[in-house]
Amino acid sequence: MDKRSVYLDHQTTTPLLEEALQAMLPYFREAYGSPSSLHRYGLQVREGLQEAKAQLARMINAESWEDLIITSGGTESSNLAIKGFADANHRKGNHIIVSATEHPSVMNSVEYLTKHGFEVTQVPVDTIGRINPEDVRAALTDKTILVCVHLVNHDIGTIQPVKEIAKITAEKGIALYADALAAAGWMPIDVQDLGVQLLSFSPHRFYGPKGIGVLYRNRKARVTSHIHGGVQEGGRRAGTENVPAIIGAGVAADFAVREMTQRIKHVSMLQNRLYDGLWKTIQYIKLNGPEPGPLRICNTLNLSTEFIEGEGQLLLLDYQGIAVASGSSCVSKSLKVSHVLSAIKLDHALAQGNIIMSLGKDNTVEDVDYVIETFPKIVDKLRNMSPMWKEFEEGVIDSVISPTGRGKSFTEHAAAISGKPAH
Amino acid sequence: MKETKEYTLYNDTVMDHFLNPRNMGDVSEADGIGEVGAAACGDIMKISLKIRNGKIEDARFKTFGCGSAIASSSMATELIKGRTLEEAKNFSNQEVVDALGGLPPVKIHCSVLAEEALKAAIEDYETKVKTGVLPTVTA
Repeated sequence: MDKRSVYLDHQTTTPLLEEALQAMLPYFREAYGSPSSLHRYGLQVREGLQEAKAQLARMINAESWEDLIITSGGTESSNLAIKGFADANHRKGNHIIVSATEHPSVMNSVEYLTKHGFEVTQVPVDTIGRINPEDVRAALTDKTILVCVHLVNHDIGTIQPVKEIAKITAEKGIALYADALAAAGWMPIDVQDLGVQLLSFSPHRFYGPKGIGVLYRNRKARVTSHIHGGVQEGGRRAGTENVPAIIGAGVAADFAVREMTQRIKHVSMLQNRLYDGLWKTIQYIKLNGPEPGPLRICNTLNLSTEFIEGEGQLLLLDYQGIAVASGSSCVSKSLKVSHVLSAIKLDHALAQGNIIMSLGKDNTVEDVDYVIETFPKIVDKLRNMSPMWKEFEEGVIDSVISPTGRGKSFTEHAAAISGKPAH
Repeated sequence: MKETKEYTLYNDTVMDHFLNPRNMGDVSEADGIGEVGAAACGDIMKISLKIRNGKIEDARFKTFGCGSAIASSSMATELIKGRTLEEAKNFSNQEVVDALGGLPPVKIHCSVLAEEALKAAIEDYETKVKTGVLPTVTA
């Protein structure tokens, strides 16, 4: 098979939709006004902006486009949701609940608040990354003001029982913030049906432009501004609007809504084909997160291949034209495995061999077949280079995925030769 | 902006040693074997040596680790072949870094791992000599 270019990192970012780009272009050129201006240049842009916000609001079934705060990205949206809500409601209590597998923008916003008098409880997840709503209930105190639970995990694709959790928080009158970063564009989202008070998403994850994020805020949920200046975004987020990006995001949202059923169908089919194909040809491979189906987002597979490391796999795949991500410690700047993999208690050796493949609407059956043909060769090449593979074959160490009962665990072996356990 | 395919994570030398590793495998009937692990990231490196007349005649590696760990072990084995044991004992990871044309700061520890694996292999050889498992070399 010839080398192809196969982009399988749609959970990181997606290409810009051509229709979104075309809609954006006039706003770089003739429609350059600021929506705050009262002259015709301003008014012209204001109209386009309102339509784009309406498109974004429809995507999540918000009551009104006025319930959306436009930010610079998903990260700013999470920061505003958490710090802004905490700030506005600190008199009611100082306790916040998060799940253990939230995005770093949520984890680190909450961590910041602990330095400013807030207390945080992390609710654990099970081995497929699911939160038990009853654990959220058990973590509630009379000081709890906010619960933060993502709709879908960005690494392992687990869909969370947000609606069930919302029933619990509603009973107690506590706000629920759902980060929909990994979900938006890949599953229908209805803020009213879910019963969340805050929800954020990032259009560049579904073919919109980078540099724009959305925060939905129910009118009952107060959020204090953290970017101070003029009265843009209803006074909750100052700064002249990134007009072209908002226009592009609106178009991307509109297409996502119209093509949702078709995209899910196509991408699910590819996900199943990729899963079946890889598992048929590669031994000692583990799926992290739920099986493809109702508990897993349609576009993401997170896998661990035993006895080899993730960055090597990523580089060899890249060399063959296949772009993927990895949660291995070698890939991270902190040399730590992804906190999501730690939270599902994945063995360190398997976390090291981690690869994330996330599909998109433009991937084809041929792309997937190319990956199924290429990846096993890469695994063989790296296993041939790995001392662990031979030591496994000789019975010195055992497999975590399919234990044979011979030899010690990889982790014990690694700790013995490095002097201390890997983290 | 160049074409997408023209971008690589590491420089050409590192990529070459990663994609076409030299001396990959195990020396058969090795005189010294060193296997070390990096506590920081979990990588594991194994170097096996053939030693003749106080010189490293052959060196091979196996590595469980990232691209720069594989490239570091490939380069380290390439550099130490033909050196005397005394020279090899003074081997420094910096030599690997320099020969590779540099590594990202966060990946320097990969070259340290190669140095440690080499030194562990020499130590293993010397222990074998001391305990009479291998004959003493008089050359």
